[in-house]
Amino acid sequence: MNFELTEEQEMIRDAARDFAQRELLPGVIERDENATYPTEQVKRLGELGFLGMLVDVEYDGGGMDAVSYVLAMEEISKVDASVSVIMSVNNSLVCWGVQKYGSEAQKQEFLKPMARGDKIGAFLLSEPEAGSDATSQRTTAVDMGDHYLINGIKNWITSGGTASTYLLIAHTHPEKKHHGINAFLIDSKLDGITIGPHENKMGMRASDTHSVMFNNVKVPKENRLGEDGQGFTIAMKSLEGGRIGIASQALGIASGAYELALKYAQERKTFGKEIFKHQAIAFKLADMAVEIEAARFFCLKAAWLKDQGKPYGQASAMAKLYAAETAMKVTTEAVQIHGGNGYVKEYHVERLMREAKLTQIYEGTSEIQKIVISRGLLA
Amino acid sequence: MSVIAFAKNWEGKFKKSTYELVSYAKDLASRLNTQTLILSIGEVDESELNKLAQYGADKIISVDDSRLNILSSRIYAEVISQVVNKEGASYVILSDNNSGKAISPRLSVKLKAGLAAAVLDVPKSLDPFIIKKRVFSGKAFAYVQIDSEKKILTLSKNSFGIVENPAVLNIERFTPELADDIFKIKVNSVEKADDKMILADADIVVSAGRGMKAAENWQPVEDLSSVLGAATACSRPVSDDGWRGHEEHVGQTGKVIAPNLYFAIGISGAIQHVAGINRSKCIVAINTDPEAPIFSIADYGVVGDAMTVLPKLTEIIRSGE
Amino acid sequence: MKILVCISNVPDTTTKVKLTDDNKQIDNAGVQWIINPWDELALTRAIELKEDSSNTIDEVCVVNVGLNQSDATLRKALAIGADKAIRIDAEPLDAYFVAGQIAAYVKENPFDIVLSGIESSDYNGSSVGGMLSEFMDCPAISSMTKLDVENENIIIHRAIPGGKQILELKPPFIGIVQKGITNEPRIPAMRGIMMARKKPLEVVAAVELDSLSHIVEFELPKAKASCQMIAADQLEELVHLLKSEAKVL
Repeated sequence: MNFELTEEQEMIRDAARDFAQRELLPGVIERDENATYPTEQVKRLGELGFLGMLVDVEYDGGGMDAVSYVLAMEEISKVDASVSVIMSVNNSLVCWGVQKYGSEAQKQEFLKPMARGDKIGAFLLSEPEAGSDATSQRTTAVDMGDHYLINGIKNWITSGGTASTYLLIAHTHPEKKHHGINAFLIDSKLDGITIGPHENKMGMRASDTHSVMFNNVKVPKENRLGEDGQGFTIAMKSLEGGRIGIASQALGIASGAYELALKYAQERKTFGKEIFKHQAIAFKLADMAVEIEAARFFCLKAAWLKDQGKPYGQASAMAKLYAAETAMKVTTEAVQIHGGNGYVKEYHVERLMREAKLTQIYEGTSEIQKIVISRGLLA
Repeated sequence: MSVIAFAKNWEGKFKKSTYELVSYAKDLASRLNTQTLILSIGEVDESELNKLAQYGADKIISVDDSRLNILSSRIYAEVISQVVNKEGASYVILSDNNSGKAISPRLSVKLKAGLAAAVLDVPKSLDPFIIKKRVFSGKAFAYVQIDSEKKILTLSKNSFGIVENPAVLNIERFTPELADDIFKIKVNSVEKADDKMILADADIVVSAGRGMKAAENWQPVEDLSSVLGAATACSRPVSDDGWRGHEEHVGQTGKVIAPNLYFAIGISGAIQHVAGINRSKCIVAINTDPEAPIFSIADYGVVGDAMTVLPKLTEIIRSGE
Repeated sequence: MKILVCISNVPDTTTKVKLTDDNKQIDNAGVQWIINPWDELALTRAIELKEDSSNTIDEVCVVNVGLNQSDATLRKALAIGADKAIRIDAEPLDAYFVAGQIAAYVKENPFDIVLSGIESSDYNGSSVGGMLSEFMDCPAISSMTKLDVENENIIIHRAIPGGKQILELKPPFIGIVQKGITNEPRIPAMRGIMMARKKPLEVVAAVELDSLSHIVEFELPKAKASCQMIAADQLEELVHLLKSEAKVL
């Protein structure tokens, strides 16, 4: 056992912290309020290498480990989860799959620009009738000999409006159930693709979420990712890693709210003393600190397993479940500690609370995580 | 054994900080039971030199070479070291301003004399020689022992005060030996900023932060500053965002100042900012947030919006004059 | 041309200073160490100059006098873009000692431009750059706010009270860097952090040299008396207090 971070991991955490504090904090409230896509901030995220930090160096990535990724996601999510969700989807849902299952030509064409951050990737799995339940895909990809013909609708797509590259999951052989599912790499500018309106969300309002419609979209054969029928595996494996990203995002949202609450509790006075000196508040903060530390251990453990090449599906589901529930609880308490100020946008905690809610829902709801975990108990 | 203070002039004139420096040198010399020597470099009128005698200079050594009117730390350090060696002085004191900061390190190496920069008080002990200085930009103080025989101090502004101690004017001219090639850096041009009060010299500083909301809201700050004859300053976020120039940034990574009166307007009072201003004699904080940490270090506080408070304050001060 | 940037390893500027029980030392427990902010600006400018292919800077090195706790800070300098780091393996006793050590190194390993921050955020000596220039007997530009290289000529702006000087000179020289030399220090990119693994961090032995001073004790500032609040509609009272009580108007 060793709980020490390496010098390099600390440097990555500090770099992410500096970036978040210096470049994300100014304007985060306005971007959320006006649902303004963080164009400039995402560009910087790419320049600094965060968008492809997990990708191998030979494909223009940072070649960093998953532990560093957790640390970076936490720091960025403390300040702006709209930015960190773009980072998480690009890294762990799109780049990871292309690196793991892609052909050399696909890596050259699709992975490199995404790893550099020149292009953004989106992961198209959810459908109106199939959110966390990935087996009930209605989108079809019919094999036409020299190409696939895609038809269907994908919903709640992070970066749906801005992404250049889609990793799409669709059914080719519905009769084969999940063995008939395929994954495709798709240029978002292809004919027949229509992007639906921007979803007006409760939180993470600066990230752009859209539905994407496919109407007879022709996708070249060579754009299928992996073997015929491997799509379901690709989707599920991507989500295993994705959960580490979202768990660290939830961790960051929680620790961001906690840090604000701790500072506030030392500055704000009621009844002639700092509110931290009231036990009711101090105990809240103690509980928050304990739960955040536990969530951090979950996240780092899952990342460590991944770095060691060991199975991490169960660990990442536990991390995602615990961190998301912690984020909801901690942000709610942070608003409470702030009192009336907490309900005002200027103090950030109400935004963090709205952001926390989404971590319980996307990339597998808390309930889905419990299904994954409970099935794992018998495995 | 004597004490030498280097009295820098600004276009032939001395400032209040120079008189404080001489007062301090006189005090130290008295403790050591020795003479107070003041060194002036460049052309300065006798009447101006006479002012230094009022604070206790036993002898004023004047190097009135016009080539030395423009300050060069390299040349000045050479001149000062020649005078120190000639006089057999043991203590050299400079003001802790730009020129003192530039000259004193060179002098330290030339004379192999230990340097205590930004000292704040008279020595705590003479033998061993221990003196208090600012460290961590004022977040702590250190007592430094200088182990070498010769010692150099730079004196922080407003740390001793001005003490009159009239002495008979006694000027001695000195001609240093300087190689011609020492004057070799080419100055292409000098740009003067406007006539605004220089921050480091200002007795009153009016400083504003993010609470002003936008760069175009600075007029009330300028107005208050102008009616007080003050310098303007700002917090780090303001200079980082380009609302004001870097030269106005006060704080741990900006300028560290110690005016008599400091107005902190719309500045929350982050620890790094406080480090740059907490030696101000009196701090007035104006902020909309009654919980802002700036109030915990301020002497006087007003909770209110700067855009309404400042014009009123400016008017009251103007009408009171 | 080669640039050397002198780096101090200092506590993060947001650190609350704590002392050990006997007040003899700063309590470093839990302190985050960073590149001294002014040194970091100097380094950033040096790297910008190197990256601008129109000029002739071909190497940027950093040097620190310190024990191995400085290594993480030096590694960050490499990640930001320095080509090589040198650590002179000794406790940095005082500014004279530090400058003397760097001077000894530079005499053996010449550089065209040596940069140093105008101040370190820990001991506030403002001395190393000036001392170095005297040890090396070369010109020093204090309060440097701009540094440009045009062929073999160096164009410099230097802040002077109430304005600036514009200078032109040829290397070698020592630049003592003030804010304004560049906009913001850099955040290391993943690529830089990865490349830093392979860059040299050379540890060299210190030369024989005495320090001239040492710190015997620390003290923390006393807490201020509480703030006197004045209502926003009673500003006459504020002016009155500033005149008669504080006596500062």
